[in-house]
Amino acid sequence: MAEISKKEASGFDYDIGYLQNIVHDILKQATGLGASSAEAAVSSLGGYSVTVRKGEVETIEYNRDKGLGVTVYFGQRKGSASTTDFKPSAIKTTVQAACDIARYTSSDEFSGLADASCLATEIPELELYQPWSVTPEQAVELAVQCEQAGFAVDKRLTNSEGAYVSTHSGQRVYGNSLGFTGGYASSRHSLGCTLIASANDEMQRDHWYSMSRHPGRLEDVQSIGRKAAERTVQRLNARKLSTCKVPVIFSADVAKGLMGHLVRAVSGGTLYREASFLLDSIGKPIFADFISMDERPHILQGLGSAPFDSEGVSTKPRNLVEGGVLQGYILDSYAARHLGMQTTGNAGGVHNLHVNSTGQSLNDLLKQMDRGLLITEVMGQGVNIVTGDYSRGANGFWVEQGEIQYPVEEITLAGKLEEMFRGVQAIGNDVDQRGNLVTGSWLMDVMTVAGS
Amino acid sequence: MNHSSLDIAEDLLLVPAGMGDSDLQSVLGQLMSHQIDYADLYFQSSQHESWMLENGIVKEGSFNIEQGVGVRAVSGEKTGFAYSDEIILPALTQAASTARVIARSGQQGGVKAWSNSSSHHLYLASNPIQTFSADDKVALLQAVDAEARRQDSRVSQVMASLAGVYEVILIAATDGTLAADIRPLVRMSVTVIAEQDGRREQGSSGGGGRYSFDYFQQQERSLDYAREAVRQALVNLEAVDAPAGAMPVVLGPGWPGVLLHEAVGHGLEGDFNRKGSSVFSGRLGQQVASPLCTVVDEGSIADRRGSLNIDDEGTPTGQTVLIEKGILKTYLQDKLNARLMNMPLTGNGRRESYAHLPMPRMTNTYMQSGEHDPEEIIASVDKGIYAVNFGGGQVDITSGKFVFSTSEAYLIEKGKITRPVRGATLIGNGPEVMQKISLVGNDMALDTGVGVCGKEGQSVPVGVGQPSLLIDELTVGGTG
Repeated sequence: MAEISKKEASGFDYDIGYLQNIVHDILKQATGLGASSAEAAVSSLGGYSVTVRKGEVETIEYNRDKGLGVTVYFGQRKGSASTTDFKPSAIKTTVQAACDIARYTSSDEFSGLADASCLATEIPELELYQPWSVTPEQAVELAVQCEQAGFAVDKRLTNSEGAYVSTHSGQRVYGNSLGFTGGYASSRHSLGCTLIASANDEMQRDHWYSMSRHPGRLEDVQSIGRKAAERTVQRLNARKLSTCKVPVIFSADVAKGLMGHLVRAVSGGTLYREASFLLDSIGKPIFADFISMDERPHILQGLGSAPFDSEGVSTKPRNLVEGGVLQGYILDSYAARHLGMQTTGNAGGVHNLHVNSTGQSLNDLLKQMDRGLLITEVMGQGVNIVTGDYSRGANGFWVEQGEIQYPVEEITLAGKLEEMFRGVQAIGNDVDQRGNLVTGSWLMDVMTVAGS
Repeated sequence: MNHSSLDIAEDLLLVPAGMGDSDLQSVLGQLMSHQIDYADLYFQSSQHESWMLENGIVKEGSFNIEQGVGVRAVSGEKTGFAYSDEIILPALTQAASTARVIARSGQQGGVKAWSNSSSHHLYLASNPIQTFSADDKVALLQAVDAEARRQDSRVSQVMASLAGVYEVILIAATDGTLAADIRPLVRMSVTVIAEQDGRREQGSSGGGGRYSFDYFQQQERSLDYAREAVRQALVNLEAVDAPAGAMPVVLGPGWPGVLLHEAVGHGLEGDFNRKGSSVFSGRLGQQVASPLCTVVDEGSIADRRGSLNIDDEGTPTGQTVLIEKGILKTYLQDKLNARLMNMPLTGNGRRESYAHLPMPRMTNTYMQSGEHDPEEIIASVDKGIYAVNFGGGQVDITSGKFVFSTSEAYLIEKGKITRPVRGATLIGNGPEVMQKISLVGNDMALDTGVGVCGKEGQSVPVGVGQPSLLIDELTVGGTG
């Protein structure tokens, strides 16, 4: 059916045709052992990262990973196995292990490959592989510059957790016994810095980073260092707050976490287990009517872009939330069958989920909030998707008359996600592009802030 | 067991590649000739098997087999690292030449002759995956499902998983280390959802350690996990909003020791203290906790999830007193940081796998028992909360701020436990909170064996423990 992506990636340990042959070999062995259907994925990844601290190299770490995984179905019984060993004997053992497991699992009416009609028939070229020819020496130099630019910002920056440069590329091929085989190469590069500032007895750290598929789209190294520095210094002289109920702004990078909670709550696995506070919510308003979100899987060079999902299903742009109303769930084939629905091409997750801005800058949002909290970091795992109970540690800034007054720390933020989502007042245009969930800052209704 | 771990490891990891001790010596020698202070080779073979039950049936099982070798070269504070997922001499030599790019300066050193240090035998040196048939594993999970559903008709979902790991490692280093360890690890997890009048709540339980699977059958442990998960879910069905603000907090024994892991444990890891990035940096000998607190990291407890015969650098594990009667005594070390700080090794150099660099990590971290009866501790509180189960925690080691989130907690009113409260995050500053521990119970317990600790993207199994204790004031992040 589908063709291997046309763009041949060079510089990999294995060419994509070799990985494809392994997939075909695995599928053949699986059916040879009596499996009624099977699927396999093979990948190889390479790259390196350097870290520099106080101007000196700390680590140079080379990565070379490969792996293969197979899932076999005997009727509706399923078994999986994986290995990092590509030797024929290891592949044979792995396929056999998957088949052995399938003898003991129970028949599950929802299990199986994706429906043939959903599989991708064309593989769009998404330009996900953009190699970076940087040498380790050059990478070290970039990291040194990044950290130096940070240290230069303020004398109170006395220490560092280091600056890093990392560059990785990989190839992945997926195939199944319905005749689908597809593969593509991708790359990911990042640069970041974490600094420490001290004053009196207080120490604070913060960081900044850039991440992209294309090295030319990484933020300037000096700018990253300076942002890390500014963020760190701004945290000094942090105060505690008294317990209160105030409106809150989640800065763009923290608001991504809220999107993550939404994604989990409307994902198939959570829904069919009835482990979500958003059961049966399709067609219902979950946000105010000016909020919309859409999934854009085919953005060129997008960090979450994918021509097909991890079961070969074609990915499609779609609206997830329109006019505040949930339009669909995030489903793979298994969960879709459980729920009596169709897969949405989300085996493996969402692909570039964007929240539309309501147009304001972060400054506008501060003015609109007038008095409350700007949250720049959250801590801990206090999010219960079953009930929507939300309680997390936080850091940020106290805001009065629309202006930042002073940093605050050692507080918690608590609420119910369902109410928090409905209470979103505005989405900023200060969009954070780093990653799969893309949004500006969120101005929220009143939340409970616990402090001293 | 007459066959030593080292023989078993060499047979499994080196012999198939036609390699022997002399090859290890020669690769290390090649590394040292490039002016490296220290270098090591970490060979690993692992098998991982897991089974998952949901909707009353075991619907998934998976098996993973992996092996590889990591090569590390250290020069001063610099580390070069490369690895290969093939254990063959050419791949090893190539990884070694990649790892040593780091060295441009440093002292000339030689490879020391292997020195055999005696090591512990804290757990079985066998493969747990093979000790139980697939039928028995499936039956174990089905019994858990039946037991959970039998407890209460409000139980609407039961999810259970069973996992076994068999890992064999071998370490050869230029300081003369040649050591091996055989590490079994099993774990069972049970999560249930209970439903009443449209309200759904979750409860979870589980346990494990360096055992074979029959551990779960003994003393009805697996059935106890099911009962415990149901009990928690039913308690949470009755939970009211947690209070918000600073108040006294009583922590129960065992798993609430997550407190120590976050409030002090990470902050006492050698790497952060060498770099001066921890709130505990430069505070050795100082009072960092109330005099009631003695906190220990002990990798050498038999059979525990966080235990190791040797750490991932070949150093035998032991008991390290971190805080004694409130005084900071030492840090947790790996070889790199111990050498740079001129401090003793503690057997805490750990890594997730051959493809990751070792760093100082906790093993089993706990507080020793005090003198108070747990009932007395609760009775001493006029208004506060009593927290007995937690999800997880997180710490910012630089500012000292840490959080941990309750999954089962109650209000204390006038010295009595009254109503359960919804999950809430507790937040504090490590050294400040440790100073506010005013009562310590006589009921020290270790957790059941479910902990996973993450640091710089690497996960390792750990244990925690503590007696019941009272913190005079901690911020509780409820909504009430």
